[in-house]
Amino acid sequence: MEEKNKEMKLKYDKNIWKEMFLYLKGFKKDFYRLCAFMISLAVLDVTFPLLTQYAIDHFVVPRDLEGLWRVAVAYFGMTLLMGGIVFFFIRLAGKIETSIVYKMRKDAFEKLQKLSFSYYDKNAVGWMIARTTSDTTKISETLAWGVVDLVWGLAMMLFISIVMLIVNWKLALVTLITVPLLAVISVLFEKKMLVAYRNVRKINSKITGLFNDGIVGAKTTKTLVREELNRDEFGLVTHDMKRTSIRAALFSAGYLPVALFISALGMVLTLYFGSIFILNTSITYGTLVLFITYARQFFDPVLELARIYTEMISAQAAAERVMSLINEQEEIVESSAVLQKYGDHYTQRIENWEKIQGNVTFNHVGFYYKEGEYILKDFNLDVKKGQTVALVGETGSGKSTIVNLACRFYEPTEGEILIDGKEYRSRSQSWLHANIGYVLQAPHLFSGTIKENIRYGKLDATDSEIVEAAKTVNAHDFIMKLEKGYDTEVGEGGGLLSTGEKQLISFARAIISKPALFFLDEATSSIDTETEAKIQQAIDRVLKNRTSFIVAHRLSTIRNADVILVIDKGVIIESGNHAELMALKGHYYELYTTQFVEEGEMDLLNQNTQTSLQSA
Amino acid sequence: MKNVIKYMKGYRLVFGLAILSIVAATVMQLATPILIQYTIDSIIGTEPAGDLQFLMDRFGRNIMSIVGLVLGIALIRAVFLFLKGYFSSYAAENIAQNLRDKLYKQIQYMSYEYHTKRETGDLIQRCTSDVETIRRFLGVQIVDLGRILLMVTLSVIIMVRMSPKLTVYAVLMIPVLFAFSFIFFTKVQKNFKKADEAEAQMTTVIQENLSGVRVVRAFGREKYEIDKFETVNHGYKEKVYKLIEILAGFWSSSDFLTLVQSGIVLVVGARMVITGEITIGILVAFITYESMLLWPVKQLGRLLSEFGKTTVSINRIEEILSEPIEQVMPYETRPEIKGEIIFEHVNFSYPDGKQVLKDINFKIEPGETLGILGSTGSGKSTLVHLLQRLYEYEGTIKIDGQELKTIEKQWTRQKIGLVLQEPYLYAKTVKQNIGILRNDFEEAEIYEAAKTASIHDNILTFRDGYETVIGEKGVSLSGGQKQRVAISRTIIDSDKRILVFDDSLSAVDTETDMKIRKALKKRSKDVTTLIISHRISTLAEADTIIVLDQGRIIQKGSHEALLEEEGLYKRIWDLQKMVV
Repeated sequence: MEEKNKEMKLKYDKNIWKEMFLYLKGFKKDFYRLCAFMISLAVLDVTFPLLTQYAIDHFVVPRDLEGLWRVAVAYFGMTLLMGGIVFFFIRLAGKIETSIVYKMRKDAFEKLQKLSFSYYDKNAVGWMIARTTSDTTKISETLAWGVVDLVWGLAMMLFISIVMLIVNWKLALVTLITVPLLAVISVLFEKKMLVAYRNVRKINSKITGLFNDGIVGAKTTKTLVREELNRDEFGLVTHDMKRTSIRAALFSAGYLPVALFISALGMVLTLYFGSIFILNTSITYGTLVLFITYARQFFDPVLELARIYTEMISAQAAAERVMSLINEQEEIVESSAVLQKYGDHYTQRIENWEKIQGNVTFNHVGFYYKEGEYILKDFNLDVKKGQTVALVGETGSGKSTIVNLACRFYEPTEGEILIDGKEYRSRSQSWLHANIGYVLQAPHLFSGTIKENIRYGKLDATDSEIVEAAKTVNAHDFIMKLEKGYDTEVGEGGGLLSTGEKQLISFARAIISKPALFFLDEATSSIDTETEAKIQQAIDRVLKNRTSFIVAHRLSTIRNADVILVIDKGVIIESGNHAELMALKGHYYELYTTQFVEEGEMDLLNQNTQTSLQSA
Repeated sequence: MKNVIKYMKGYRLVFGLAILSIVAATVMQLATPILIQYTIDSIIGTEPAGDLQFLMDRFGRNIMSIVGLVLGIALIRAVFLFLKGYFSSYAAENIAQNLRDKLYKQIQYMSYEYHTKRETGDLIQRCTSDVETIRRFLGVQIVDLGRILLMVTLSVIIMVRMSPKLTVYAVLMIPVLFAFSFIFFTKVQKNFKKADEAEAQMTTVIQENLSGVRVVRAFGREKYEIDKFETVNHGYKEKVYKLIEILAGFWSSSDFLTLVQSGIVLVVGARMVITGEITIGILVAFITYESMLLWPVKQLGRLLSEFGKTTVSINRIEEILSEPIEQVMPYETRPEIKGEIIFEHVNFSYPDGKQVLKDINFKIEPGETLGILGSTGSGKSTLVHLLQRLYEYEGTIKIDGQELKTIEKQWTRQKIGLVLQEPYLYAKTVKQNIGILRNDFEEAEIYEAAKTASIHDNILTFRDGYETVIGEKGVSLSGGQKQRVAISRTIIDSDKRILVFDDSLSAVDTETDMKIRKALKKRSKDVTTLIISHRISTLAEADTIIVLDQGRIIQKGSHEALLEEEGLYKRIWDLQKMVV
């Protein structure tokens, strides 16, 4: 809501732009050069009519052919100059525009790499994408081309006024009399249009949303027989769209005629008084033509300036959002001592990194977002090198938080986490992350080839290392069956592969660097039997000799764990190995038996299919 | 072009009015320079008035009369300009609305199969940006095109009447300028496309980075990602800059050509005034007309090149609109449904020839429950989909003795509730989602349905309770929660005689599953029910159970009867018994 209010703000806010210009002070020189171009362009624009006036008064009216060629030459020279200036100013403005947007995107993206997950929890991915793409575009366009129009417009108005005042101040005042009126009306109309088109865009995004519901939900709509109702709802919005659009169009349809009429008024005044002045010979023909031309030339800059003013207002919200992202405070900050010894993300001092053993200790760890609302409370755990810890519990019990804390995606709000006996904040994040392997419940791949995706886990991996990793996790066979093997494109987000295949590749990616710590969030979704078995085998191999934390859903994984923790509401309610917990006949026992039946059923069903496939 | 005219249907009159308005406005615009010429030559000067002699006769050499005329003309022009804006946007917005409604309707009524195959992103793209392209074309560009052509024709006619010789000089560059801009804008499309592609690439990198932030951090790949972004960010910058450079070349050279053209008129015209061939006023008028002419000619090239884009958009939309849709056949009826279901020799194959169901036979009495067990790909989902006629089948399916194919599809779907395993929830509030079938459910009914589906308590924990919006802008539900909302929105309608649960409790834990089934049974005793499930405990309560394997029924009977047979069902039951 708050944001909407800001967007609707129709006042020019100096502070936002001040902040923006401060941020862009590296572009000062380019902006000055651009101003120089625009001023020279305005000078030329103002000179052309002067040349015409000169030609009329010195050659046309006295009927003198001699020397007319000089006007032609001067005219041609100015034409060339004009072409040159136009070429260079567009290029320069383009350079400024693209460089600004480039810089803002770069800074925003780098900031996003540093912000902690709590920022990602609060903001939708779409929102962040819009900040880095459309908002930055809007700002850079407004700035670069705004300066072009602003400087040119102001210079034009200034020079035309000066020349007119010098040539004939009385006629000048007559010509300029309508300008303030034009300016005020333009600003009023532009503001109205800004609001009107904003409403249009709002409804437009509603329409897109409804199309999305209508298309993605088409199958559901059919089963619910909601076609008619959907259409009625959609019809209401498109009707609204039509009304709002026509309303907005009325403003823009009204604006130009009104402005043109005011400009005609100015022209008529010039013509009337100009004619009178010619008749009493206080001005020449050339001067009248000059003033008529200037009256017309004055029109554009006024309209332009009104437009820039509203553009600035409309880009203001974008500027505010982008600056707030770029200036966002990071939550996890390394101490200077750590940075000194271990380096940052860019320059990692790998020579100073200790070799990791793999002992992890949670010491009275507590975690909360909001004071008092604990997600994890007084959590203690000691994991020895090579042990497997299975975390079991309902969604929202705090399992994932434990993993997130161990990975230092979040830092504990209370207590400490030790790795090999040392507080993990006394070493760098990069050091820790270089030593962990991580597999998500829903595997996330990047566009590119399979090979590139596996190599993500170890950037300098050789091809044979990649094949070896793929073999370890049983991915090699299916990869080789693909037409292009390891060079197969996985598509955006891995969309060209099946879920199971994506999982296998994300396993290969996680183990290729032979990490000492391994984190696995097991998938719940059912996959075809064959892949399922492969994944199970892969997990068993991967866990060997590695300290592992597993958010577990599969029995075999859980059964083989050294320690099983049953978590409920951020607290360990049962812990021990499988045999111990079964003997307890408590929460775990119950969970295990239900799970056992379900998995058994699945197995039987699938076995049956396989045997009948074989017999057939 | 034929399609463009087709789309204008119903609004051709309004378009005609828009064109008439623009004709009037253009005529008025072109009249002003003549008046100025007249003022300079005949009122201030002493030249004969020529075509405007009638003005001289009527008003004499009175400047005030010119002032009045010019203002009057400006006013008329303003009015017509406004009308043109109003008419053209009225027509374009109406057409756009019709087009959107038509597309939406089409999409709603296209076959189920179409939607299982179609890529949604592409469809949405067509429904939004292609419609926008057409709207812009109709609302802005076509009228502009008319205006420009008119402007060029009329000003050339006026100029010829004033001085044929100077006119020849005045239009020298116009074909060049037009050809130049047309060729340019056609060629530069390629660069626009390149820039668009580079932008898409950049967006993909951002998108993948942000949604995969956990992977990036876990592998400590921040630097790698920043470098990757640097490449695409820089690449996009270069492409855009290249485009601007090309545009800079175009605008500067076309400005140059324009100015040269004006220069020719000025110098040649001045010569002609000096030699007495034309008057000063005519020269001034020519200079004015020239400036009115040149800008539109430059635009003309751009407009014509956009024509191509519109054609592409129209074709993309026509492609959707020409797809077949589900229709009511004259022989289809709306019989009362009690709930007896008979399948006789039902076969079903996908269009690619893959057979999914083979010779399915069974019968369910009204109020009975059929349990279906089978592995993924056994055809169990397809089987229940047939009941709602989401696909066409071979063989006979009878509801209360009447062949399903002779019953109106929509009617069938209203009477048979189907809950999908992965249901889609609309981007509306929870309450609206549960009451989605009709808009007239009472709050009590909605709560009741939610309670039956064991989702009521969950909903109360959402931030805005029942008013919480589902989806990107609000709460995202877990798989089990989605399934339960889907169940409640189906069972809310007490009119349903048959309920089908397509593994729609798979993401709900066993305990809740049982609770929901109990509540359901109480609520709808005499409703025929089909349940697909992996859970034997769920199936055991059914009157009849069928076990499907690769499209065939391999076992059929009651729970007790199936336990007597050696087979899959018994093996699974034994497993369950062993534990409990």
